[in-house]
Amino acid sequence: MRFIDEYRDAKAVERFARAIARVTKKPWTLMEVCGGQTHAIVKFGVDELLPKEVTLVHGPGCPVCVTPVELIDKAIEIASRPDVIFCSFGDMLRVPGTGRDLLAVKAKGGDIRVVYSPLDALKIAHENPTKQVVFFAVGFETTAPANAMAVYQAYQRGIQNFSLLVSHVLVPPAMEAILSSPGNRVQGFLAAGHVCTVMGYTEYEPIARKYRVPIVVTGFEPLDILQGVYLCIKQLEEGRAEVENQYTRSVRREGNRAAQRLIREVFRVVPRKWRGVGEIPRSGLGLKEEYAGFDAERRFGVAGYTALEASECISGLILQGVKKPHECPAFGTRCTPEHPLGATMVSSEGACAAYYRYRKRSAVSN
Amino acid sequence: MCLAVPGRIISITGDEPLLRTGKVSFGGIVKEVSLAYVPEANVGDYVIVHVGFAISRLDEEEAEQVFEYLRQMDELRELEENPA
Ligand code: SF4
Repeated sequence: MRFIDEYRDAKAVERFARAIARVTKKPWTLMEVCGGQTHAIVKFGVDELLPKEVTLVHGPGCPVCVTPVELIDKAIEIASRPDVIFCSFGDMLRVPGTGRDLLAVKAKGGDIRVVYSPLDALKIAHENPTKQVVFFAVGFETTAPANAMAVYQAYQRGIQNFSLLVSHVLVPPAMEAILSSPGNRVQGFLAAGHVCTVMGYTEYEPIARKYRVPIVVTGFEPLDILQGVYLCIKQLEEGRAEVENQYTRSVRREGNRAAQRLIREVFRVVPRKWRGVGEIPRSGLGLKEEYAGFDAERRFGVAGYTALEASECISGLILQGVKKPHECPAFGTRCTPEHPLGATMVSSEGACAAYYRYRKRSAVSN
Repeated sequence: MCLAVPGRIISITGDEPLLRTGKVSFGGIVKEVSLAYVPEANVGDYVIVHVGFAISRLDEEEAEQVFEYLRQMDELRELEENPA
């Protein structure tokens, strides 16, 4: 397919791999921020093409993986109500809450529906006026314009029986949290191409300067990732720390203004808790006061929940690039995609699930 | 869930900016997609689609950049290895 196949060309991949080997003189640790990139790296074995001096660690960029346990518990509570139709993206259903997951609620007769787009949930609300329809709005900046539009249209069209359970997170504050943590080993970032498609990359410029770290906005195909790695290492070897854009076919410096306008119309910046990481100030989006009527936490009175995370799961360390999945004692044994202990084993963009799917044998024997 | 994939616009309906939608083909699989955020996109253009919304129009010229960069790198290396 156009815009996919050509970026997987084996010869071009080899040429990039050789070019990376040529420029690399010292050991470097880079983090790919986005779970979509993690998936591609493990699936295509991009990391195995790199010189041994280069280590790729996997970042926090999987919204499913960083949704805190108490939010899953809130979702379970709301979805269990007989008057509710609960709509969600598919991979949220298997994320373990404190006691069970959404799938268990569905098995007991809860009306839980997997949708492709938040607009599908809005449509369900319109067609079922006697029910409360709740959409589980998880996501990074990439998904925020879609969720903003669903709320905006509900408001405009006066659809009262629709609300959002919001768990929106923002990427730059998480990158800063990683860079300022004492155990940090990340020296350069591949920034998430689709987050930047929406937001642009001016937000990253002060981060690159402050922490003296190169940030390369990178796409999702093997050639994109290899070029991103190449540009990042070249900067490191030359002692530069700038924001560069590898993914120019989709990303403009200022981002998508129309999408940003709607995000700003509906959402405001709030502190958010990240699963396995803890609370990060100004790291998420919540509904603005004008749209608070569409906030499911208020509508169903579940705002005050807190919950503890399972102790065995080290996904917090994995999401910060400190550990790799196969270093977790539960990996592939007590924790599998069929029986996940942590969210990073559920979503296909979670590092644990990617390793399990593509690296199980080698990772377990390592 | 964060997946965003390229597809080609095959038709467009509606002209109110926020309600503009289109049929987008992903290698033959056709889906209805909101074009609210790509007012500049026309039939025949490729867009990146995420959860039912086009979030960018792919720039055909920029799409060649990766290959152009490779070519220049290889040329540079030849120059370095065989200085005339
Ligand atoms: S393998 Fe399972 S338990 Fe271990 S970190 Fe990954 S999700 Fe958590």
